[in-house]
Amino acid sequence: MGDNGSEKRPELSRRGFLKAGAAVAGVAGIPAIARAQGAKMKIGLMLPYTGAFAAPGIAIENGFRLALQEAGGKFAGRDIEFIKIDDESEPSKATDNINRLVTRDKVDLVLGTVHSGVAAGMIRVTKESGVLHIIPNAGFGPATGALCAPNIFRTSFSNWQSGFAMGVVMSKRPAVKNVVTIAWRYAAGEEFVKGFKDAYLKGGGKVTKELWLPFPNVEFQALLTEIAAIKPDAAYAFFAGGGAAKFVKDYNQAGLSKSVPLVGPGFLTEGVLDAVGGAAEGVETTLHYGDGLETPKNKAFRLGYAKTFKLQPDVYAVAGYDSGLLLEAGLKAVKGDFGRKADLIKAMENAKIDSPRGPMRLSKAHNPIHDHYLRKVVGNENRVAGIAVKALDDDPAMMAACKM
Amino acid sequence: MEFSTFLIQLLNGVQYGLLLFLVSSGLTLVFGIMGIINIAHGSFYMVGAYLAWSLTGAIGNFWLALPAGIVISVLIGMLLEWLVIRWLYHRDHLYQVLLTYGLILVVEELRSVLWGDDVRGVDIPKILSASIPLTENQSYPVYRLWISAVCLLVAGLMYWVIQKTRLGMMIRAGASNREMVQSLGINIQVVYRVVFAAGLTLAALAGMIAAPVSAVFPGMGNHVLIVCFVVVVIGGMGSVKGALIASLLIGLVDTFGKVVTLAIGGFKVLPELSSMTVYVLMAAILLWRPEGLFGKRL
Repeated sequence: MGDNGSEKRPELSRRGFLKAGAAVAGVAGIPAIARAQGAKMKIGLMLPYTGAFAAPGIAIENGFRLALQEAGGKFAGRDIEFIKIDDESEPSKATDNINRLVTRDKVDLVLGTVHSGVAAGMIRVTKESGVLHIIPNAGFGPATGALCAPNIFRTSFSNWQSGFAMGVVMSKRPAVKNVVTIAWRYAAGEEFVKGFKDAYLKGGGKVTKELWLPFPNVEFQALLTEIAAIKPDAAYAFFAGGGAAKFVKDYNQAGLSKSVPLVGPGFLTEGVLDAVGGAAEGVETTLHYGDGLETPKNKAFRLGYAKTFKLQPDVYAVAGYDSGLLLEAGLKAVKGDFGRKADLIKAMENAKIDSPRGPMRLSKAHNPIHDHYLRKVVGNENRVAGIAVKALDDDPAMMAACKM
Repeated sequence: MEFSTFLIQLLNGVQYGLLLFLVSSGLTLVFGIMGIINIAHGSFYMVGAYLAWSLTGAIGNFWLALPAGIVISVLIGMLLEWLVIRWLYHRDHLYQVLLTYGLILVVEELRSVLWGDDVRGVDIPKILSASIPLTENQSYPVYRLWISAVCLLVAGLMYWVIQKTRLGMMIRAGASNREMVQSLGINIQVVYRVVFAAGLTLAALAGMIAAPVSAVFPGMGNHVLIVCFVVVVIGGMGSVKGALIASLLIGLVDTFGKVVTLAIGGFKVLPELSSMTVYVLMAAILLWRPEGLFGKRL
């Protein structure tokens, strides 16, 4: 552009001058980037570093840093500067924290966060300001639904997806004709149950009863007695963290695991297997990642992560890593020039990520389209038993709500 | 609902109620006798659970971890009373709320530093790990029955100490007139220290014995704290007997509120609004008796 036409002569000559300068710089061993030479890309890490979600927060940052390290410490020749903020998984502080990053620190991209309530607060600001935003965990539907925006991407999952995958698995089992669902009654719990029902009812199954518990109540005994009285062919449960650990233990101790198989989205057994002892043995869940994925990419990722951080990576670390890969893909397309935002966004939209989880690309609403695995608890692993749904897209209702 | 299911739910309700009593009795004791509102009570429930986890891991035996945890809790209680609580006796309730709220933050942070943020679990001791079959597909863990037995034992013990012993006499006297008891030559400072340590230990004990059936996780005390306050308000501030009755009431209302189907005029009330049943009960009782079931007349 601008290479011909006499009226553009002055610009041409300036470009020529820059090119020459860049060539000299190149000889001198300085990266030849014409625009914003030497400027680092500022990335705001708004993640939980304290509180119940501290471990996922740290795993996400580690994953991102691993991707950067593997790229040679720079993405497409561009140096990266990190600015960290602890979001404490505290929704009431979300707006202040994200404003600090966007307005005061003027970051070029924010990576965050784990907690959906906090992520919702972040989106309100990033959507308006247009600053690039990658969500590395928070799975609430509207992030890539009604709240979607060109500059907002998600590298993790949507809650609906992992529920839907289990619905597909259950609808293919002739012995499972009716299921009882049990979950916390809050936004995420409702999305996990909706996903399951969308697939399972369509496949001809029947949900005998939906049991709900106020969040974050962990007194399950009364509802377990309900399940025992109804005698369904399977129980589909969503809880997370400490609540999931307690539920799985209570379920086993009530003797229910013998007669009513327990299934759920992956988070039912994620990060709690050491805590529940053998109580989770045989529980089946669906998620976009799991233990024992024998792909070369995953092996290399796990080895690299363990070597760098002396820790085993988990599903959170994968999302952090993929956030790095996604940004790298975008920056490569614009040769590190992050000022070309429209081109950068386009490249990120079309990126095909070779993720440790398997191939991943983004939907029009910027939510991952990826395989979901059926996993079975063996010892203290969520062992992958096969693919539940290939290249699963998001909830059609959410995608329809996304206008951009 | 079938009759057998009804009976099991009854058992669930009573069992939950007894555990609630164990946690909330310490709160009502400290308030009734010392006039201290201890917002950090739930945190000590969590501390108890973490003690059970770390001590069982270190000693290798739950039955040895339990007494060790009790001793540690008593010491923590005495230390805290000496360090912070004793400055509150002559102050307004607002100061007490502020200071004990600060304790919550300190305890949470210490927990994070000492034990980390992961979800932990404690195995049920072998001798109690059996289950009793109730119906063809549901069984009841013996450990849960044992919890109920411990709670009843503690309730009896508290009644005996407060009503029948010399220490109990001093405690009761101190509750009604601190200055008079002091002028009679009783060291009320020591009595208060014992009472606060006892209250904290009761919460920690509840956390310790609940740890094997529950899981051990950050913030596990917060939910318990709110229900404890409901128990204390319904039972009457400072009444141990009231706490027992109120705990059982809440246990039953909460249990049946989750499973009974009730609709009024086409509007589904239960179980849709089960999260409110306990609070509706509290409101109703307060309308009828503002001082709670066994509280002193206001």
